Amino acid sequence: MLCDNCRERDAVVKLTRVVEGEPVYFNLCEKCASEQGVEPAQSAPKTPLGDMLFAVQQQLLLGGAEAARCTFCHLTLKEFRQTGRLGCARCYSSFEGSLRELLRRVHGAARHEGRRYEPPRVSLPERLTLLGELRERLRRAIESEQFELAADLRDRIKVLE
Amino acid sequence: MRLDLSLLPDGGVSWLDASGENADVVLSSRVRLARNVDGFAFTGRARDGERLRVLSQLRDAAAHVPSLQNSVMLRVDEMPAPDRLLLHERHLVSKELAGPDAQHPVRSGAAVFLAEQVGMMVNEEDHLRLQALRSGFDLGPAFEAVSRLDRELGSQIPYAYHPEFGFLTACPTNTGTGMRASVLIHLPGLVHTREMQKTLNALQTMGLTYRGLYGEGSEVVGNFFQISNQTTLGRSEEVLLDQLLKMVRTVIEKEHEARRHLLREARDVIEDKLWRAYGTLRYARSLTFDEAMNYLSGVRLAVGLKLISGLSVYTLNKLLIFCQSAHLSYAEGRPLTESEANVARARFVRQALASEAGSQE
Repeated sequence: MLCDNCRERDAVVKLTRVVEGEPVYFNLCEKCASEQGVEPAQSAPKTPLGDMLFAVQQQLLLGGAEAARCTFCHLTLKEFRQTGRLGCARCYSSFEGSLRELLRRVHGAARHEGRRYEPPRVSLPERLTLLGELRERLRRAIESEQFELAADLRDRIKVLE
Repeated sequence: MRLDLSLLPDGGVSWLDASGENADVVLSSRVRLARNVDGFAFTGRARDGERLRVLSQLRDAAAHVPSLQNSVMLRVDEMPAPDRLLLHERHLVSKELAGPDAQHPVRSGAAVFLAEQVGMMVNEEDHLRLQALRSGFDLGPAFEAVSRLDRELGSQIPYAYHPEFGFLTACPTNTGTGMRASVLIHLPGLVHTREMQKTLNALQTMGLTYRGLYGEGSEVVGNFFQISNQTTLGRSEEVLLDQLLKMVRTVIEKEHEARRHLLREARDVIEDKLWRAYGTLRYARSLTFDEAMNYLSGVRLAVGLKLISGLSVYTLNKLLIFCQSAHLSYAEGRPLTESEANVARARFVRQALASEAGSQE
């Protein structure tokens, strides 16, 4: 059964709301349910890594860190616990403390000892030209209501800034 | 239009040619590096547009990367499912990139660059999976080839990198070096002498792990094991590689020892069993994939023990790949049902063995 809200994902939660004295039933997916403040029962992870992530993150959750959100991709620690995958490079800074602990458990160390890396330099004038161009494209994208494109452009501008 | 495999450098199967060291035991050596392009969400969280832009940046950069000169770029996301499966069966793309089923559909922007020495998957779990795959036990040269590609590409494209955590990846199990080095190794001696569990335990204490023929989540069939480093952070690439090299050398020695033991203690039984495996492959009219793998494992052991001569390891390697269902369908030019595939598989194996049958006992 599909979620009544997004019509995309499978419904896993039955929600009953009382609207004007009458019960109204909704079938929601996990994501939409959590957006409405309903937490589905936690299912046990199926992989050894999942177990470890689950254990570490349970501790973090007890510390009230579940609301922590990545400043770039908006992933929450809770979502990370569910998938075991980080959303972007910024997640590593956003969840630095908890990740350090997790990395130590997974690898027995949390400090990189391998190849050092310097990214290629983009010259300042090049960057400014690109920024100007991107801002202009963002303005047009918003005007023409191409919101997906606008969101992409906004992300790129954020990085360059 | 179907994929034309002849367009791939060496048909994408030069790693089967049994040219490397210890090729009768080690089929192939692979080193892969996971990298992400800075400034974009990782593949799983990226929007379609972002993934396509990652791909377009990489296409532009590839033109300036010597290791990717004369490479072929295939848009996996625009391929029909049978072709994606074909590339996966050939070990050129991972299951994740191929989008194996409705629950795990292929992602927009999924692509692979294939050059003679190296390959590069785009929009896998990480934006980039650089890899070098070589025949036999040849980890050193594989590492050199993939490192060269890594340096060349990293000077064109900014990677996601953190001074403390190293190269940043979607899954924390790859963070740091992003390196997974592995060998695909055939260990029937250790399995038959019941020494395998001991060996696997020893691997784990050394920070190594094992999987089946197709890596993560795949079953061990035909006594083929993929041994790789488990951790990626806290040790340099060279140290990780060296640990794997040493351990694999020990495993190869133990495998030879186990084979000698089998011959010494139970020659008649082993000889009979292996010739029966050969006989089945030579004359069967229908073979499931697992059956074929298990009999091929026996024949491979027989060739290693010099009980069967005149059959090349290259032919046996090719059979492993060409006996799979997408390859059989490709050869027949149409989709096959399971029972049709079993018949086609048996025919293919019979013909391959018959063509080398001249000098047997």
